[in-house]
Amino acid sequence: MLLIYCPYCEEERSELEFRGAGDAHIARPANIADITDEEFEEYFFLRQNPKGLIFERWRHIHGCGRFFNAARDTVSDRFYTTYKAGEPKPDISAILQSEQDKGAAK
Amino acid sequence: MADQAIASRRAALTSRGGSAEAILTPAPAATRISLRAGADALPALSAALGVTLPTRPKTSASSGQRHALWIGPDEWLVFDESEADLMGAAASSGTLHSAVDISHRNVAVIVSGPGADVAINSGCPQDLSPAIFPVGACSRTIFGKAEIILFRTAEDQFRVECWRSFSPFVFGLLSEGAADASH
Repeated sequence: MLLIYCPYCEEERSELEFRGAGDAHIARPANIADITDEEFEEYFFLRQNPKGLIFERWRHIHGCGRFFNAARDTVSDRFYTTYKAGEPKPDISAILQSEQDKGAAK
Repeated sequence: MADQAIASRRAALTSRGGSAEAILTPAPAATRISLRAGADALPALSAALGVTLPTRPKTSASSGQRHALWIGPDEWLVFDESEADLMGAAASSGTLHSAVDISHRNVAVIVSGPGADVAINSGCPQDLSPAIFPVGACSRTIFGKAEIILFRTAEDQFRVECWRSFSPFVFGLLSEGAADASH
């Protein structure tokens, strides 16, 4: 069973308690009434759907109910890290590097 | 010869009420509120309710028959087994908060016995070992397909709160889990 660390419950919980909520860090344009249809489409509908690292919003809906952000690999479904909503994107390369260092030390 | 596993036949519905390992009892009526409040309102709300609202994840606080369970960073389930007026108590705090009376939205099942954790784990993915989920720990989580609030009231006793309309499902699945816990 996939375990996801909830930054609010400060604990790993089963994926059954969570629900995905799409891409993270998408800022709503401040001048939403003035933008063109193309710009609105870009903001509202168009997503990268990358193969590999993605930053997503997740919700601990059957737990604390909180939205938080996660860095996940879309190929392996591995969660690199999770962090509270509103916090900046973490440096994933640093996380990967420290894991490699640990692996090399073993 | 290898040992043979002997399966005993059990008629349908015989496990209602649990098993010797995990006894299921519908909890008596209680008053409940779903409380949402910011950190600045907590001291006054705690004083008005007579129980200190916990601020750490998965913790609870009890005072007599009144219990406050941490659900989220600004959300609590407060219930009173003596059916005292919680809405009035919260309103008397004079703070900005949201309190919704859910006394009759929820029902609770008491699961007790040495196999209580096994019975609950039949449908709930949380780690209920005493080190991770000690007495007094509580959590909103999932049981089968229903959302529940789990509250450990003793080493071998849990209170399972669920929505009233989900209660036949929750009680039925707990019954099956209780029967399995005795194997």
